[in-house]
Amino acid sequence: MRFRTITSPHILGETGVGCVMRRVLYAMLPGIAALIWFFGWGVLVNLSLASAVALVAEIAMLALRSKPLALYLNDYSAVVTAWLLAVALPPLAPWWLTVIGVLTAIIVAKHLYGGLGYNPFNPAMIGYVVLLISFPREMSTWLVPHGIDQSQAMTLWETLQAVFNSGQSARLAPDALTGATPLDLLRTQLGLGLSVTEVRNSPVFGIVAGSGWEWVALGFLAGGLWLLYTQTAAWQIPASMLGALAVISTVFYVIDPQRYAPPWFHLWSGAAIFGAFFIATDPVTASTTPRGRLIYGAGIGLLVYLIRGFGGYPDGVAFAVLLMNIAAPTIDLYTQPRVFGAHRQ
Amino acid sequence: MQLFPFHGGLKTVRHKTESNQQAIRCAALPQQLHVPLRQHVGAIAKPLVQPGDPVLKGQIIGQPDGYVSAAIHAPTSGIVTAVDKRPVPHPSGMTDWCVSIEVDGQERWIERRPVDYQHLHPSDLRNAVRSAGVVGLGGAVFPSAVKMNLSGHCERLEHLIINGAECEPWMTCDDRLMRERASGIVAGIHILAHLLVPREVLIGIEDDKPEAIAAMVAACAGTGYEVCPVPTRYPSGGVKQLTKLLTNKEAPVDGRSTDIGVQCFNVATAYTIHRAIDYGEPVISRIVTITGHVKQPNNLEVLLGASFAELIAECGGYQDGVQRLIMGGPLMGFALHDDQVPVTKATNCILAAGPEELTPEQPVMPCIRCGACMDVCPADLLPQQLYWHARAKEFDKAQAYHLFSCIECGCCSYVCPSRIPLVQYYRYAKNEIWAQEKEKQRAELARQRHQARLERLEREKQEREAKLRQKAPARAEASVEKSAPTASVTNANATPLTAESPTETVVRNA
Repeated sequence: MRFRTITSPHILGETGVGCVMRRVLYAMLPGIAALIWFFGWGVLVNLSLASAVALVAEIAMLALRSKPLALYLNDYSAVVTAWLLAVALPPLAPWWLTVIGVLTAIIVAKHLYGGLGYNPFNPAMIGYVVLLISFPREMSTWLVPHGIDQSQAMTLWETLQAVFNSGQSARLAPDALTGATPLDLLRTQLGLGLSVTEVRNSPVFGIVAGSGWEWVALGFLAGGLWLLYTQTAAWQIPASMLGALAVISTVFYVIDPQRYAPPWFHLWSGAAIFGAFFIATDPVTASTTPRGRLIYGAGIGLLVYLIRGFGGYPDGVAFAVLLMNIAAPTIDLYTQPRVFGAHRQ
Repeated sequence: MQLFPFHGGLKTVRHKTESNQQAIRCAALPQQLHVPLRQHVGAIAKPLVQPGDPVLKGQIIGQPDGYVSAAIHAPTSGIVTAVDKRPVPHPSGMTDWCVSIEVDGQERWIERRPVDYQHLHPSDLRNAVRSAGVVGLGGAVFPSAVKMNLSGHCERLEHLIINGAECEPWMTCDDRLMRERASGIVAGIHILAHLLVPREVLIGIEDDKPEAIAAMVAACAGTGYEVCPVPTRYPSGGVKQLTKLLTNKEAPVDGRSTDIGVQCFNVATAYTIHRAIDYGEPVISRIVTITGHVKQPNNLEVLLGASFAELIAECGGYQDGVQRLIMGGPLMGFALHDDQVPVTKATNCILAAGPEELTPEQPVMPCIRCGACMDVCPADLLPQQLYWHARAKEFDKAQAYHLFSCIECGCCSYVCPSRIPLVQYYRYAKNEIWAQEKEKQRAELARQRHQARLERLEREKQEREAKLRQKAPARAEASVEKSAPTASVTNANATPLTAESPTETVVRNA
């Protein structure tokens, strides 16, 4: 009797790229739920719009590149990119902002570099940074979290009108609803010569960081820890990124607590938690060796603090991640682990 | 006993109970045997018989050729019908030299001479093992006599490790052997320990084999040998991994286990050493697990040279839907083209794999550098980087990432979410590098020959000139004759030219 021959191993574990990517989506759900609670329907509209545009762009690019559609759409990577970008956008962002961001991420940052597995930069962060530089006003118009003032939350209909009819968005989203993010506020107020304590008296701030924002961070932390538990993401990157951010912010806080925000504020503000677990851990663009991941994460943590404290932007996760993406191949080269049986140094 | 876990590894499916519930059974005597002359690592044995020769059971029919080689014996009595190339179990489906024996059914033995190893010179004891054709029966089939010679590698053996881990799923031949013939294994360990004088003897067995552990503990009572249950984690049966587990020592990348005072033998190897020395029986059979998609999975004691097809028939035949026939386990074994191949000393398991035993083939996706492979690699490699370079044919870089430390255990492929056949890439890269090295050696040889030729020509030229110079004063004195020296120069030129031509041909052929 004759048989087919295929090389070993003949059995494989149950896993797949789609499985990994779906886990990332599940892990984002608690954080997204908190975002929706505090910022309303806009978050959901952004997510839906971004996913739809990402899928269309992915299908078009796969077709152009003559790749099997069903196989690559099943990897869910386009949806992950779309979600990562969408949660970083202001909840009432005009529709074209989301579309431009997603198209840049999927077409330029992902497929022009060779598609899944070949992109040197995190696609979602490329999309985000392009928007941040090109449309600073739209990108910094955030909503005030629900529960801070007495204003009525916008209905789904009002939200849709605001997003898709950007000419009217100014009227539909009055100043009472929009405002700067806590990090933005801290930055501008400190620039005006106020002390950290004075700034933090604003109702925008909650127990440790931005009111409402801290719950979002908690949601992403829960999802992120689950990612580590399931070994979907490497623990070294979030650990070293948050560790480095904590260390450097503690140093400055100890030097002058009136000029520098405390470490717990930095850890719980902006995209620190979300970035540590969901952005920096993107395996394609991160360092891949165990020690390399520690260096990579620590580099992001330090850069985030430097950009927040001394740079031109209130938050720096996107820039920090992209800068460390550039360094990842070199870090990998110099952090090879000791091979079994090699002489100990 | 303290254990020292190795990095990585896998918890896999086990599937041991299919075949380990029944006692080892002797396979029926086949009509025909095709005994391969290469059943070991090293040089192929030289055939000592011709078609028409009668042979007795245990008679040597293949002589070891060189130091790293092993003897081959007739598994039963009969008549040699052919010495020719036949299909052998090999991933490529290649043919190799086999001695075909028509079995007479009488099982007439040669005269068996047990050896009193206590009063034997070490080299004679090694020779006895060597002439009995003992090789590593765990699957590596390295000649055991070579491993029993420590000279030059370490002063004294620290640990003698006996490998009964049997970490591959489905495989149970060592399990059954330990349960049923523990005293024989221990008798074999006595011989090894007598020769190698280790400080301690450690017997590593995965803890999913409690019966085997109990049997070995009972047989080791009073010997001082330590039975060490190790966690069930593939590939704990790899020599390097088991050594690390039991002793916390790592065999150096560029050396052998004896460099760190460790030598390791499989339990089945220890058993055959016992049979060879205490009973004078050479290696003519082995225990084979036949399992998977067959009607009655079992462990059979099989004569070397028996055909796979007959053994499958003896286990009730195939169940419907067999897709692959695997020799060895599902993680490191190789798929065979055909079941008409003979059992060799390396055949520890025959796995007839149907859809339930195999993972369906899935399309390969791009590497997303997730590092799952790195987390399970027991050699502490970076499989994702090795893959990158092997795929790009950057073999020098693959070597810089320690390609040759890869033991091809398959853990990386098992966990890869992109379903990349990583091990296949590493095998490919290794083969390419070996081919390049061979090419380089040949080129180097040719260069040396060419260099030698140039030097010889130069030497001859100088000799000629020296001769001329010697003759010159004589010529000046006897200036009468002028034509003779000219003629001698022409002759001197002509001779080397004719002599050169064979050398040139050789260089071109090389």
